[in-house]
Amino acid sequence: MAYRFNRLRDISNRLQDVVKMQSRLAATATEDGMKSNRSLWFALGTLAAGGLATGYLLQPNVKAADLELHPPHFPWVHKGPFSSLDHAAIRRGYEVYRQVCAACHSMDQLAYRHLVNVAYTEDEMKAIAADAQIEDGPDDDGNMFSRPGKLSDHFPKPYPNEQAARAANAGAYPPDLSLITSARHGGEDYVFSILTGYEDPPGGCTEKEDLYFNPYFPGQYIAMAPALYNDVMEYSDGTPATISQMAKDVCTFLKWAAEPEHDDRKRMGMKALTLLGMLTFASYYYKRHKWSVLKSRKIVYRPSPHS
Amino acid sequence: MNLGRTIYNALFRRTSTFVVTIVVGGFIFERVFDEGMDNVWENMNRGKLWNHIKHRYAEDADEADE
Repeated sequence: MAYRFNRLRDISNRLQDVVKMQSRLAATATEDGMKSNRSLWFALGTLAAGGLATGYLLQPNVKAADLELHPPHFPWVHKGPFSSLDHAAIRRGYEVYRQVCAACHSMDQLAYRHLVNVAYTEDEMKAIAADAQIEDGPDDDGNMFSRPGKLSDHFPKPYPNEQAARAANAGAYPPDLSLITSARHGGEDYVFSILTGYEDPPGGCTEKEDLYFNPYFPGQYIAMAPALYNDVMEYSDGTPATISQMAKDVCTFLKWAAEPEHDDRKRMGMKALTLLGMLTFASYYYKRHKWSVLKSRKIVYRPSPHS
Repeated sequence: MNLGRTIYNALFRRTSTFVVTIVVGGFIFERVFDEGMDNVWENMNRGKLWNHIKHRYAEDADEADE
């Protein structure tokens, strides 16, 4: 304890020396008249900043102008600047997508091979791909045919085109989910809130045909029926399939789908910040080194006694 | 100080050895830094990465194709 305290005092003494030295150097360049001016400006600046801060803290503005409930910020495990995605959750999220979401939503940017060594082994993924029937062709007679999927195939689409999707969903088009967490304001927080936010219309709001009340959806009425119910599916690893568990897993999967480079990006960012952080000290030292001559010189004007 | 003098005479004094020092030093630094930071990354995200969970799904065939 005493050692630490001494050390702290040591450092603060050294800091004071640096400050003293700085001000002495600065004083050679400035005159006494400018000094009082400077402290006046300093006082004014402090007063203005303090006033602005107080005003900001006291302002009663609640931003209730728009009829939209912004999603809260959930504590995702991948939220930190150096936090990777949870790959077990990606795996479960893909199960949710395949068993629930894929009935209406396409993910046409994704191929089966993308999940290899991300959440599935190559053999597992080959088996999953082979379960799907992919349209291929034309064959020698010019006809399209179906065959079991391969790793290089993209996820099959539930509808052949947008018109068919609209016709099957009361005029609403289920958006492609490949990039959905990047394409929606609020990202995975928004998707999670939509999936778990269904409720009965409160007083003053009417029931609408083919629409469902969801406060997080802009306009409050969403054409997607609540898709997740407790135990609507079963996880292969035995995780209890509650609504929030499924929503969290599928959001992690969608986050990965939209940003497959997520983990590498953060890993590289960590390396870059560390390296540049070290270089900051080096360049600071180098700057002091080069400027030391200029900072410590003194220019004196001596009028000639003969003029 | 003596050590600094020795290093300077042995490595930095001549351009030829200086260049070799830079290249070799850069290589060694890159390996150590890269591996070290990857280890930090794996430790910070223990249990979340595919490396940490794949043993649950791949029994034995996995090691052959790596």
